[in-house]
Amino acid sequence: MTATGLSALWSHWRRNPLQLFTLVAGLALATALWSGVQAVNAEARASYDAAAATLGEGQYDQLLPAAGSDIAQETFIALRRAGWLVGPVVEGQIGPAGTPVRLVGIDPLTAPGGLGPVGGGSMDLPQFLSEQPVFANAATAAKLEGLIDAPLVIEPTIAPDTAITDIFVAQRLLGAQGRLNRLILAPEQPVGRPALENIAPDLTRRAAQGGSDVGRLTDSFHLNLTAFGLLSFAVGIFIVHGAIGLAFEQRRAMVRTLRALGMPLRRLIVLMASELLVLALIGGVLGVSLGYIVAATLLPDVAATLKGLYGAQVSGALQLRPAWWLSGLAISVLGTAIAATGALISVARMPLLASAQPRAWATYRARARQIQMAMSVALLATALILALVGEGLVMGFGLLACLLIGAALALPLVLDGMLWLASVRARSVVAQWFWADTRQQLPGLSLALMALLLAMAANVGVSTMVSSFRLTFTGFLDQRLASEIYVSAQSVQQARALEAFAAPLTSEVLPLLSVEATLAGLPAELYGARIGATYRDNWGLLAAAPNVWDSVAAGDALLVNEQLARRAGLWVGDDLRIGPQTVLPIAGVFGDYGNPIGQAIVSEPLFSTLHPQVTALRFGLRTDDAEALRNALTDDFGLPAASITDQAQIKAFSLAVFERTFTVTAALNVLTLSVAGFAIFMSLLTLAGMRLPQLAPAWALGMTRRRLGQLELMRAVVLAALTTACALPLGLALAWVLLAVVNVEAFGWRLPMYVFPRDYAVLGLFALAAALLAAAWPARRLARTPPADLLKVFANER
Amino acid sequence: MLLHVKHLKKSYSGAEGAVPVLRGIDMEVAAGETLALTGESGSGKSTLLHLIGGLDTADSGLIELDGQDITAMDDTQRAAVRRTRIGIIFQQFNLIPSLDIAANIAFQARLAGTYDVGSTDDLAKALGLATHLRKYPEQLSGGQQQRVAIARALAPRPQLILADEPTGNLDESTAADVMSQMLALVAQTGAALIMVTHSPRLAGQMGRQLHLRQGLLA
Repeated sequence: MTATGLSALWSHWRRNPLQLFTLVAGLALATALWSGVQAVNAEARASYDAAAATLGEGQYDQLLPAAGSDIAQETFIALRRAGWLVGPVVEGQIGPAGTPVRLVGIDPLTAPGGLGPVGGGSMDLPQFLSEQPVFANAATAAKLEGLIDAPLVIEPTIAPDTAITDIFVAQRLLGAQGRLNRLILAPEQPVGRPALENIAPDLTRRAAQGGSDVGRLTDSFHLNLTAFGLLSFAVGIFIVHGAIGLAFEQRRAMVRTLRALGMPLRRLIVLMASELLVLALIGGVLGVSLGYIVAATLLPDVAATLKGLYGAQVSGALQLRPAWWLSGLAISVLGTAIAATGALISVARMPLLASAQPRAWATYRARARQIQMAMSVALLATALILALVGEGLVMGFGLLACLLIGAALALPLVLDGMLWLASVRARSVVAQWFWADTRQQLPGLSLALMALLLAMAANVGVSTMVSSFRLTFTGFLDQRLASEIYVSAQSVQQARALEAFAAPLTSEVLPLLSVEATLAGLPAELYGARIGATYRDNWGLLAAAPNVWDSVAAGDALLVNEQLARRAGLWVGDDLRIGPQTVLPIAGVFGDYGNPIGQAIVSEPLFSTLHPQVTALRFGLRTDDAEALRNALTDDFGLPAASITDQAQIKAFSLAVFERTFTVTAALNVLTLSVAGFAIFMSLLTLAGMRLPQLAPAWALGMTRRRLGQLELMRAVVLAALTTACALPLGLALAWVLLAVVNVEAFGWRLPMYVFPRDYAVLGLFALAAALLAAAWPARRLARTPPADLLKVFANER
Repeated sequence: MLLHVKHLKKSYSGAEGAVPVLRGIDMEVAAGETLALTGESGSGKSTLLHLIGGLDTADSGLIELDGQDITAMDDTQRAAVRRTRIGIIFQQFNLIPSLDIAANIAFQARLAGTYDVGSTDDLAKALGLATHLRKYPEQLSGGQQQRVAIARALAPRPQLILADEPTGNLDESTAADVMSQMLALVAQTGAALIMVTHSPRLAGQMGRQLHLRQGLLA
């Protein structure tokens, strides 16, 4: 019985291959976009984790030397003898100029993670110690080939452009015998060991951060990518929902017959669910494969963006990860389940006898419309309430979901209202028929139009957010990178000499002084600034007290960044403790885009009083002739060219990074819009078969097939235009939620929102073009329908 | 006796409350017997047929098919009875449009687990469908589609055939052909036949006639 039932159900797809294609393609596209974005994110995160595991950052407390110096091997030995469980790390750069490799030396006998950083599976400890290999991924190993005399072992889990080896090998290769860069502390330390100050007073302890710095820095970028992936997935699921709904609707009679011939309802539901599960898995496999292509195409741009924005090393090559495959298949099955639940319930509730069915179905449709309207109103009202009174990141995403789903559900009702308005104003008989017929088509097209609405809104929202970010960031760069030249010294002595040398050649020398601190109970950085014309002229503040710069320069007040202000609930006029005896009022709040942690700025003299041991090793230099100053620094002072950075270079680089970001966003925009175009195309194509009974009377009454085809095209364009008109305000609302709610909740800073009418107009034209393209073939088919097919509509019997 | 129906009642809810359709039907049908159910529209003929076929449930009363009480069965048990013991022929044919004619004829027999290639081929030949087996329902005329529905109902060798105005959608000449073929085949299989019809001429071809009036047997 099961096989017979399945063969009957499957025969529907065999006879309607286009519908089957729509369903599988919709699933594949939805899964592809989702899993493609997830693959990019997963690859990037795996790279951060590999980097964190390699360097011990984030996971363990560390002992660090004073800025600009290193740790003597004797200090490490003294700490071990005193009972401190520490593992030494030495690191430095080797390999080709321009793309150097970071070589990290660890001691597997004392490192808290043992051989963990190198995967641990490919080699045991005695082998590691005796063969003294250098571990790197394939690309990095290729770079090092021939440059080092140690054996190279390929280990794919190691971070890009990083190599790991035994500490003695690393010291030899780096020419740093007897020197260490930092010590990693094991999580469990013996009780009763002497205090650090008694053995190594020059070392400072940095606490574990529960994750890599880079991982947290790039969260914003990944969050946005994930949101985009989710929206794309939603658009795809609309297609699947449409295809499943249509298939179930067309199989209503068959289901009734199967039941009348003795197929139990429960068995039938299980068979239909199994059938969908198989299709979901097929669509999922195709989607994950497509997603791999999407990810492999996007990853180089994403990797370049992350490297440029955050300095994060992300491998440009994609690895096949089982978890990613499984999650792709799971999302495909989940999406199908979401799309099919309503249809399966309606089959389960469908009356067996046909006579009772039409009236029940009509009642059901009317009720469904009322439910849809009620749900839309409830969701939009919830979104409004969340926007006004909600708090937290979950609320932000809840707001996004309510807004988008509520708006999508409202779309058919809004469009119906617009079309009704047009129909009552129509004068000619053809126009009246056109508008009435368009209204009649609306239910069949509404899912595709909802998909278009979401795709357009996502485009408007995300591009507004990225463009606003770019504008704001450009202004922020002008503010932060005011100095024409930035220089770095190798040691404290060189820093002092450099400052003395540069002073007469520049209008201002701005030391970059900072320490890690805990402010208002939060991890933060305290900066010391030499307040002068640069700060006064260039720094814009989000909020400021009168005479803000005078009071900060005098050491009577301080500035805090927006992150610290928002997280600690502080604002201008509030007090902040920055030392055991020092509490200062906040005189201003500054924007600090992209920075994950809080910052406070005090005057340089006050900073030096609080932290006399900290000396600036980096400086910003103000000059009218950057070229002359650069020459003087290299020729007269002898500073290596690599220690000098032009402001223009940094800005150009930063903006280039944004162009990369735009490439990623634009690619996702095009993909999402294509999916929506595909949804319209498939809807029109499947509806075309059912259109004949509606169009045949108009043809019989004197309208040519060509004219009917033209009107079909116009109908698609009109509906796309109306949907676009609805998508613009929704997209702007989406951008506002992303910028003013999600970003603030997730990262503590708010971006100002700008609008880009020209971009929206271009996007609107693209949407119309997509609709036109989608409607072209179905309209052409209609225009060429043989009269015999149209005549069949009027035949009572064949 | 193959079929016992006792005190069968059924009503549908309408805008003005419950509307009684069957108000206490008692009848019996022997194995191999042919019976016509006649009556005006709304007299309850189709409802009685649906209740006997387990397609709908009665408000009260008893329907015993070969000693088994259908009214006491749940949905799954009624489905089992339908696929193994009853063949139903609908006025609207209700073929599965995506299966070809051969698959449609064999469908219920496959469901019942009684499929036999030889006997379904014989049915197809007897009903003049042998040359249409690879076609789809939409490619056949109304008369041919109803012949397919008859073959499908007979293929599992049921004890009881229920036919709801099987020629209602056919012209007179075609209807006569279909009817004579159906009666001949039913006689060959030894099944009982209950047929709902408006036509006194068709009813006259059956072994017995029952007339329904306002939900009661006249």
